[in-house]
Amino acid sequence: MIRESMIMKIHYATALGSVALVVIHVLFRLTQNFHDSLKFDNVITNYSLLPYSILLELILILISIHGFNGLRVILLELNQGQKYETIITYGCLASMIALITYGSRTILMTSMGMI
Amino acid sequence: MAAIKIHEENDQNVKSIAADIKPKNKILFKITKFNPHVDTHMKYVDYDVEYEHWNTVLDALLMIKHKVDPSLALRYSCRQASCGSCGMMINDKPSLACFTKINELGSDVVKIEPMSNFPILRDLAVDFTQMFNTHKKLKPYIIRSDSEISQSNEIKEFSQDPDSVEKYIQFANCIKCGLCNSACPTMATDSSFMGPQALTQAYRYVSDDRDKGKNTRLKIIDERHGIWRCHFAGSCSKVCPKGVDPAMGIQFLRSYLLGFRD
Repeated sequence: MIRESMIMKIHYATALGSVALVVIHVLFRLTQNFHDSLKFDNVITNYSLLPYSILLELILILISIHGFNGLRVILLELNQGQKYETIITYGCLASMIALITYGSRTILMTSMGMI
Repeated sequence: MAAIKIHEENDQNVKSIAADIKPKNKILFKITKFNPHVDTHMKYVDYDVEYEHWNTVLDALLMIKHKVDPSLALRYSCRQASCGSCGMMINDKPSLACFTKINELGSDVVKIEPMSNFPILRDLAVDFTQMFNTHKKLKPYIIRSDSEISQSNEIKEFSQDPDSVEKYIQFANCIKCGLCNSACPTMATDSSFMGPQALTQAYRYVSDDRDKGKNTRLKIIDERHGIWRCHFAGSCSKVCPKGVDPAMGIQFLRSYLLGFRD
């Protein structure tokens, strides 16, 4: 079992990492109009650029870890009990893995030209 | 002649003192009455109280208990903010009844309720069992392998310089009144949270250079409902009647776990 201090160190590190990467992501968006950046072709082009795909993948991982741990903490403070806490902890972990897997699949498929 | 003059001056002094003495003030006390074994919900009972400007809330409550309603349950002891027994919600703020003057509340109504975040025993008396258990769990004493008294009955002193004492002395002022736990927003939802009182006492001993139990205590607080659940709202520090700053102690304690302190 990981100690709570280690989990919280990861929580803080992922927060800082996410902020730094999202800043880069937003700066990339500023290179064109907001409406243009959401056009299908432009989005696909972004994914096909390898460094940008890696950036998106990292943002996905960092925000998923941070977000689901934050959700776990909120739910642990909302209610207590051994069974409830175990369900919440493993539920959040499973949801995090599922989201990262699904998001990575999208990024990989798009960057490989499968969409 | 001289004697008459002195007499006249005395008369004037007596008159001016008499003018300073105000008649007794009246105030309404709304006090929670609740017996968890009988009642389904809390109710407020109103009492009109006459008070002098030096009276505390505890004085008024004891006046009510002795003259109007002997069934009123409250806990008190020292009447001088040393024992930490008379904690309660006074006009929605966790306060010591013996340390709160009615005059200083600046209100026509005084609402008295039992402390939040504690199980109610009856009326204003709450159960401290969990708080004391958590306090004990964090080993609130100096941990060392050696002792001040050796086997040959020689007594040695674990001396400290003033700077070392300065690191923890304010946290040693804690009187375990529970006001900080009552004000804590995390404790309101997380019943398993250790609370600012216990965490501050953990810091008090961790920062004491005579103590060797730092790692043991850090391990105890580093759990799911331990130190990391503090949101740094700071309400604990705001209500402490002894000037302890639990929020600061908790942040210092956190810095040990994050590796900023040795």
